[in-house]
Formats: sequence, C-alpha cells, structure tokens
Amino acid sequence: MSDTAGTGAVLVVGGGISGLTAALEAAEVGNDVFIIDKNPYFGGRVAQLNQYFPKLCPPTCGLEINFRRVKDNRRVRPYSMTTVKSVTGGPGNYEVQLEIAPRYVNSNCTACGECAKVCTDQIDDAFNLGMSKTTAIYLPHEMAFPHRYVLDKNACSSECLEAIKAACKYDAIDTDMQPETITVNVGSIVWATGWDPYDATKMDNLKFGQSPAIITNMMMERMAAPNGPTKGKILRPGDDKEPESIAFVQCAGSRDENHLEYCSYICCMATFKQMTYIRERYPDAQIYVFYIDLRTPGKYEHFREKLMGDEKAHFIKGKVADILPEDDGGVTVVAEDGLTGTKVHQKVDMCVLATGMQPALGDRGKALGVNMDPNGFVVSDAGKGQFAAGCAKSAADVYTCGQSSTAAALKAIQIGR
Amino acid sequence: MDKVYGAYLCTGCGIGDALDIDALKGVASEAGIEMQDFSCMCGAEGRALIEKDIAENGVNTIVVAACSPRVMQKEFNFGDDTITIRANLREQVVWAAAPVAKEGEEGEAQEAAEGEGVDEFLQELAQDYVRMAVVRALKTKKPEPFHLDTLNKRILVMGGGIAGLTAAAEASKAGYEVTLVEKESALGGKAVGWRKQFPTSYPYAELQENSIAAMISAVESDSNITVKTATEVARISGAPGDFTATFKAAGTKTEWDAPYRVTVDEQEKIEKGEMEDPNVGMKLYTERNPDGEIFGAVVLATGWRPADVSEYEHLGYGTIKNVVTNAEFEKLAKDGKVPANVVFIQSPGGQEHDKDFPYCNSVTSMVALKQAKYVREDNADGKAYILYQHMRTPGNMELFYKGVQNDDGIFFSKASVTQVEEKGDGKLSVQAEDTLLGEALNLDVDMVVLAAGMVPTTVDKATINLAYRQGPGFMDLGLFDGYADSHFICFPYETRRTGVYACGGVRKAENMEETIDDATGAALKAIQCIESANRGVAVHPRSGDMTYPDFFFQRCTQCKRCTEECPFGALDDDPKGTPLPNPTRCRRCGTCMGACPERIIGFADYSIDMIGSMVKSIEVPDDDEDKLRIIVFVCENDAYPAIDMSGMHRNGLNKLVRFVPVRCLGSMNMIWIKDAMSSGMDGALLLGCKWGDDYQCHFVKGSEIANKRMENIGETLGTLGLEPERCAVQQVAISDYDKIPQMIEEFVEEIIEMGPNPFKGF
Repeated sequence: MSDTAGTGAVLVVGGGISGLTAALEAAEVGNDVFIIDKNPYFGGRVAQLNQYFPKLCPPTCGLEINFRRVKDNRRVRPYSMTTVKSVTGGPGNYEVQLEIAPRYVNSNCTACGECAKVCTDQIDDAFNLGMSKTTAIYLPHEMAFPHRYVLDKNACSSECLEAIKAACKYDAIDTDMQPETITVNVGSIVWATGWDPYDATKMDNLKFGQSPAIITNMMMERMAAPNGPTKGKILRPGDDKEPESIAFVQCAGSRDENHLEYCSYICCMATFKQMTYIRERYPDAQIYVFYIDLRTPGKYEHFREKLMGDEKAHFIKGKVADILPEDDGGVTVVAEDGLTGTKVHQKVDMCVLATGMQPALGDRGKALGVNMDPNGFVVSDAGKGQFAAGCAKSAADVYTCGQSSTAAALKAIQIGR
Repeated sequence: MDKVYGAYLCTGCGIGDALDIDALKGVASEAGIEMQDFSCMCGAEGRALIEKDIAENGVNTIVVAACSPRVMQKEFNFGDDTITIRANLREQVVWAAAPVAKEGEEGEAQEAAEGEGVDEFLQELAQDYVRMAVVRALKTKKPEPFHLDTLNKRILVMGGGIAGLTAAAEASKAGYEVTLVEKESALGGKAVGWRKQFPTSYPYAELQENSIAAMISAVESDSNITVKTATEVARISGAPGDFTATFKAAGTKTEWDAPYRVTVDEQEKIEKGEMEDPNVGMKLYTERNPDGEIFGAVVLATGWRPADVSEYEHLGYGTIKNVVTNAEFEKLAKDGKVPANVVFIQSPGGQEHDKDFPYCNSVTSMVALKQAKYVREDNADGKAYILYQHMRTPGNMELFYKGVQNDDGIFFSKASVTQVEEKGDGKLSVQAEDTLLGEALNLDVDMVVLAAGMVPTTVDKATINLAYRQGPGFMDLGLFDGYADSHFICFPYETRRTGVYACGGVRKAENMEETIDDATGAALKAIQCIESANRGVAVHPRSGDMTYPDFFFQRCTQCKRCTEECPFGALDDDPKGTPLPNPTRCRRCGTCMGACPERIIGFADYSIDMIGSMVKSIEVPDDDEDKLRIIVFVCENDAYPAIDMSGMHRNGLNKLVRFVPVRCLGSMNMIWIKDAMSSGMDGALLLGCKWGDDYQCHFVKGSEIANKRMENIGETLGTLGLEPERCAVQQVAISDYDKIPQMIEEFVEEIIEMGPNPFKGF
C-alpha cells in the first residue's frame, strides 16, 4: 500500500507538541503532511504533564486545539504506532517506508469501553510510567487521539482475548492484525522525536529504585495529574504517607559529563512548578531544593520570585552527593552548601529527582542516517531536506519548541518549491 | 443551497439501552426532520445508510444523534457539500448522567437500572439535545468563504537585524516577495557591532566569526527582496492579504503617521472642545494612502534596545567612567583591545535579591562568557571575573560554559555585588558578599561590565504603527513584560493583531541561533496567514473556518461595542461609528456577535437566532417542581471537552442541566439568557476559560468579557424581580473533568433553593 500526496509533502516524525506544531503549520500553508508517532496516541510527553509552567494551565488545552486542527485539516494524515523503517532518495523525492505496529483494534472501535470491562489481564500503565496497572486493552488516556483502544495481545491469555472479542459489539478486535509497511513519498523530513527522561538508575549515588521515597519529576507529574495513578494525590509510593517534607534534587544527570553534559533547560522551572503542586496539597510541608544554578530566565523570573517567597521552602546551592534511604521510609539527602561550605544532611519524607531530557531518537536515528551530534540531538541539514524540531534539536521549553517547530515547517516546505 | 434534511440516531455505545428510541425519533420528527436509527451509525453499514440518502434523496443537511462531535469526525464527514450537526447523546447524556456504581452499592444501582427501565429525566435530556440539533440543522447555512477583491502575497519585514534578514531570506526561499525596511542607513542591526558570535554547533567550544556580513549580502543580492534603509513604517492600514504600508524617511513626522488611539469618551470630549485632538493634522485612521505599498502580512523584527542600568546606584553606571554595559563593552572589543582586568556583573540586586537585570533571559550569561574570552584574547595576563547569582546557559550553551570554565584566567563566583567604587588611579574596586568562597570579595579591576538586558521596542512605542480603531500598538502588553505575545506557551507566534508576527529581540531576548529559528517561524506564519486569506479561511485558533461575521447594517445603532470589544481589533468604523469589518483580521470568536445589543451580527453556522432558537426548543415543564431546567453555555474549546471526559469517567452529571456549546464565551449574547429565563428556565450558567493575568481563553478576552456582561445581566434580572444569582459564570480548565459535576450540582442546588422561575408558564 502506498499513500500518495502532492509534491512538497512533508513527513513529520514524532507527534508530540513539536511534531504536531510542525505538521499543522506546514499543512495550514497548504502542504500535505504525514505525521507519525510510535505511541498509540499523539501528544507525546506534554500529554503526561499535569500543568505547564509558569501559567499552571493544563497541556491538554493546547493539545485539544491542535487535535482539532488535525481533524479539521485533510492535508494532515496522522499515523499512530508508526515508526520509520527506511529512508531512501533525497530532498524533493524521499521515499520513506513506515512500519505500523498492530494495534489489534481496527477502525470499527467506538471507544465504548466494553472490552476493558471484561479484560482480566493487566499490564503496567506506560502512560503512568508504570506506577499503576491498566487493563491489557485500554484507551491510553482521556484525550487520546486517535480515540481508539489498543490491545497488548501478548499480555492476554486466550480466554481473556476471547472475552474481549465477545464483548465488542462492533467487530473491532482483530487479533490477527499484522505489522504493516507503507511507503510515502515526501520532499522533506522533520525529526520531532522528542525526549525521554534520563534513566535515573544510572546515577548510583541518587539511589533511584532503592527506596520508594525517591521518585523522578515525571513521576511527580503523573501523581499530580487528576488522571494519574493516584488521581492527583501526592503520596509516598509504597506506604502512601502524606509527605511532610520533600527534597528536589536538581541536575539529576544534567550538566554532568558522566551523564548528560548539557543543561536540560526545563528542570528548574519544572521544580518550581512542582513546588506549587505540593503547596496546594500540603500547606505546611517543608521543601528543600538542591541546585547548581536556578535557571529561570526571562519571563520565568517572576515565577521563581513568587515561589522563593515561600517561607517553608529552602534553597541550597550544592550538587547532591548522596541520598541515603532511611528505615522509616524516608531518605537523607547529602550535599555541600556552596555558600557556607558546610555539609548538609537533610532528612525528608520524599525526594524528587529532577531528571533531564535525553533525545529519544537514539540509535534508530543513526541507523536511518540522520545527522546527529554526539549527544544524540538532531542537526538540521537543509541540503538533505531534513530538519530538527523541538527537543529532538535541543533541550527546550514548550514555547521555544513552538518556535523551532514552526521554523522547521518553513524549511521543510521550501524543499521542492 | 436547497437544504434536504436527514436525521440519524445511533443506538450503539449504550444509547439504545438507556433511552426510548422511538420517542427520540418522534421528537425529531415533531421538530421537523424524520429520523432513522441504526445500531452502529459510525460503522460502514451505518454510514452507508446516510450515504444512500445523500445519493438517492439528495440529503445534504444531516443530524447525527450519537457520540460527541469531538470524535468520529472523519466517519461523519460526508464532503464539502453537506452540513453535519451532531447531538451528543453518548458522552453528555448516557455516559455523563449515569454514575458508575460505587463499591458496595453495585447491587442496588444495578437493580435500580434494571427495575426502572428508561429514566424519565435522562430521556428528557436526550430529547432536548435532539431538538436542539434539529433546530441547529434548520438554522445552519452553508458557509461561503470570504475573498478579498485583490490579494497581495508580498511580505513586509520591519527591521534589518538578524531576525529581519533571516525572515526576509527564508520567505524568499519559499517563493515569496519581500520588502525589508530598516530605519538605520545600513542593514545588520546590532550584530554589525559584534566582534564574535556564540558557537552554534557541537562541541560549542569556540566563538565563531561574525556572519552578519554574509547575511546582509545574501539579502541584498536576492532578487525577491527589496531593501529600504533609512526608512520607517509610518502606518499600516488594511488587513491581511491587503495591508497598505506608508513608508517615510526615518525620524521624520508625516501626516500618514499612525494615529493615536482615541477612545469613545475621548472622542466625545474632542467634539465638545474639552480635549485637544491628538491626531490633528494627520490623515484619518481609516484613510488609505493611495501611494502606499500593498502587502499580505507583516513580520515585526524591530529588535531591542540596551536597558538603562543607571538606576542601580551602587553599581556606578553613569557616574563612574569605567563602568560600562555589555553592549558598550562589545563595541570596545570590536574597535580594539579590551582592558586586562574586568568584572562582569550579572545580577544587580546586591543582597536584596538574586534576580538578573530585567530583560536578560539567558542571553547575558552567554554574552559575559563571550566577553570574558575577549579579555583573555587581548591580554596575555588578562583576568576576567564573572559574578553571578545564577549562570544561565540552557541546553547546549552549557557546553560553551563548561569550556570557558576551563580557562584559568576566567573566574566565576556566585556573589551579591554590594558596591562598585572608583579608586584614585582610575581603577575600580568591586565589593561582593555571599560568595562561593565563603567570604567577602574585594576585586581591584580596570573595568566593570553590567549585564544590561534587551528591552523590546514595543515597550517604548507602538512600533507596528497600525491605523486601527483600537490604536496603533499591541494590547495589554503589561501582562507579557512588554512583549507582543497573546498565546504565551502553546502558540508563540500569535499576537492580537492578525497577520503580524514578531520575532527576534522584539519578542524575547534571544541568542543568534534562537533568533534564526524564530525568524524562520515568523516567516512561515506570515506565509500561512496570506495563504489562509487566499483560501478565505481563518487562521489560528479556528484555522480553516470558512465562516466570518456578517453584519446587518440597516439596524446598527453605532453603539461601537463590537469595535471596542473585538480582542483582535478586526473592526474599524466610519466617522458615524458604523463598523467597518475586516474579515481577514477576524479570528471568528464571535465576541462582536456577543456584544451587539441589536443582534445584527452572525455567522453562517452560528448566529443569535440559531442559539436562541435552540434554547427555546428546550421543553420546560411548567408544573413540575422536580423538573427545573438550567441552561449551561459552555466554551467549546475547553469546557465542552471537559464535560465529555467527565462523561467518560461516568461521573454522574445533574440531569436538569442542558449544555449549549458556544465558540467562546465572548460570543455569548445576553439575549440568550433572557430567552432562557422567559421560556421558564430556572437558571443559567456559563462555563468558560480562566481570565486574568494567566488567562487561558483562546480568544484572549472572551471569558472576561462574558463575565462583565453577566454582571450587568444580573442587575437586569433584578429589575424583573428575578434573583441575580440565577445567572453565574464559572472558570474551568479542560482538566477539570472530575470537578465539573460538583460545580454544576452546587449551582443546581442553589437554584432549587431559590425555587422555580416565577415566570414559568407565562
């Protein structure tokens, strides 16, 4: 099967906020656009965030409007569960093979949810970073676009599969679905493949995984979200203790030659934002932020100023050397205060690692011949008609991603003009 | 088009189990359209049923009573020649109103469901939605796009620095003609004065040669680009696709300068001779210069000016000779050699606060690193001290920072600088506390460089110089530190002036790499705006919408509410005050429609009569105190999806309420409230987006304006003897799906307490 489009068609790889932006901006000029995402839904990382800084507004608000733009625009062709298999040709006449993984649920699905009611097998909920379980047939989240269930067939017993099939009145379950390869012809490619949270277990001294009291900032986002594993409650994993004290460990992996040598741009602001999550729920909780620099430039300074006025928040300039799990379920954070020269041992109930952004494309990009720097960021190449957008290009906030994605849209449509 | 109607009821997804299907069909028929039902309307067979009617009976206006209009759009899209209206019986009726049995109550709930058959209240709810959908279908016209008589695709770029040069070159590469206007006599802007520029590629280690000369020559040799130096824009009239720009020699005043904003009150004073007309001697704002040049869209790249740092007295700028700004230091470095011992101060607050200088963003940290390297390059034993509160080198700029830290002649410390003093020998002494060394610092140096920020030109003056009814500049810039944003975070290019896209220093303090991206993006938006105008459709956020507001001028009373309230300044007016619409400036929010007391503004598929008729189609029992009716107007962008998701969660919504989606609360015309109350409904609630400093309204002012209108309607109700509390506005976010049921429940409780609308039945 092949999907044809007019000349000057663009392939956007990645359907997060950056990919959606690049795709829509190009399509609304009048170009045909294919946008693909490896997940069963579009929206990427921001779909998992509870709120954006500094407005504390829900990311789903912007996603809703972007999804509406996609649905209303016949020039945009979205493919979920899809990855790039091969790229041949050159600028102006790329031939790209896309592989669509089997969803095992076809387009008859109405998202009525009857299948999930009878599904007896459970899987880790990837949308909630594995902090909760979901049925093996599931709608990834309330705003999922496409609005269609997805089945993890391998997680299901044959009885469960039969029950699911029987429950579906619309003949939407197709367990024989096979991976499908389609070929698209495009003039240019935008890589908007985004980021993954840096693997916190790689930092031995921070003891992630050794105490449930140590979580990452992305886990905190899911906890605070009303559709998260705790329905918006911030509780210490394991014993559900309401934390009376919380430490934020900044630059957990970032600005560190042994891990990510660059600055991940957003973690300082993310921590200030998460301070508001805590304060909203626990007016008396003590908050400790261990930092190297507080990178809240420009407009963000107002937000920082407001939150640093919090009398129960303490800021320690110093990189965390160690985190020690304690018997009572809490942890002790050890750091040197750069201003006083003293060693700080701060006992807290919970600890949030402000883990950084790692470009998600990784080895797949190398195999496809994408220009990447040694850190894995995609480098735009106008001569090749391939462009980077958003966090695939460099760590950035959503606003800056909006700029680079819109720029990538123009560079992409210049090819073949 | 001659409308031929068809209505289709889906009984799938629980609809058929919970509702009396025949009764629903009867309601549709009574309202004027015969309705067929099918077990799965979105499936191939269901759609075939509809397609058959289209093919055989010429049906072109279709009512689908099924799931939410937010899903299955593709399935229910039958082409450009048909109109489809959806009645949301799934998410907002059978799912919304049926709470999931809580643990322990399961048996009871099930029993109740089985025992009672169809819930009377639920059935009435569904029937009202069918009635409203039928009325909507009857009242919807097929939109015809608006086309300008002539459309010009040329792009005007204001400002010839990095941003303007980039925008011009990139638009040209996409095939568009550009005129680039620069007020100075040469192109290049501030970058011309830079000795070196930041690294832009891995490993981000070395400063790069200044590339501005190459950028300038590329633009100057581009046959698509016309460059006008020593030139300013006096005024821009018109609208996207058809702007008229009047140019003038830089620094001069002309009769075509953009007129100042004169409010309605001021105009009255001027007419009474109580106030001097600020625009005396200038051409009327509505007048278009026959000698002007025509453009399709504008890129604003007018840049920034270095901030004034003389207010920080302890730092000595303006009083001590060798205290300079980073901009001045760059000039020194460009022209010759810089001194050997230099302190770079990043934060002005001393011990009071650790903020950067205003308008720095992260650029000044980078500039200090660059300039510290000049000190080392020019002096064998040079020493540079960077005193910061927070070094800001986000993303890959961290790599540059790391490289500079390896230079043993460049010293860094967190520090609060408390005093800069002149010493007898022309040297300076810098005192600082709270340092990383744990002790106070006292440095004797040759020069002190202050990290002055980049103030956008929009802080000082209108800059864009529009000849618009609402004045020459952008609105409410105080919310954004003077930057021209209107949709901060998700949609960085939007401003409140359609067809005008800002980039570079005028919109954010940016480094060169970011500026190039930013300007490229702004060029895209300008092109997109032109092509949208060319197709006759709206730009963001209702991208692709073919409708636009239509005015029935014979009944206009020149009250000017629409011209004043339009968040995007789309409406001008003639000397009498009759609005002069500019459809390509319009974002289609309908705020004008909501504002109009004469109700003469409407869209093909969205009008006062349509929504009013929908409200009136709701059946209001006049003798049953248990069956109060509450109308809830909901913003379709955020509140409506939230209600859908509340339904998906089976949260259980009060069955006395009827939701009516509106484009934006700004389009809420108060007549609808009166319609509701006079038809005996008992209360009216508006659900819209957050307003205020962190507003979330996609049309910027809609929910805020609606709230003001509601305050006034409260008074009106009072004079009728109705409690003003029967009408209210609530702010909700799209993520409030689990809170909305309670919010509505509380409102309904209040209404129940007040008792039925006393006008019921009249």
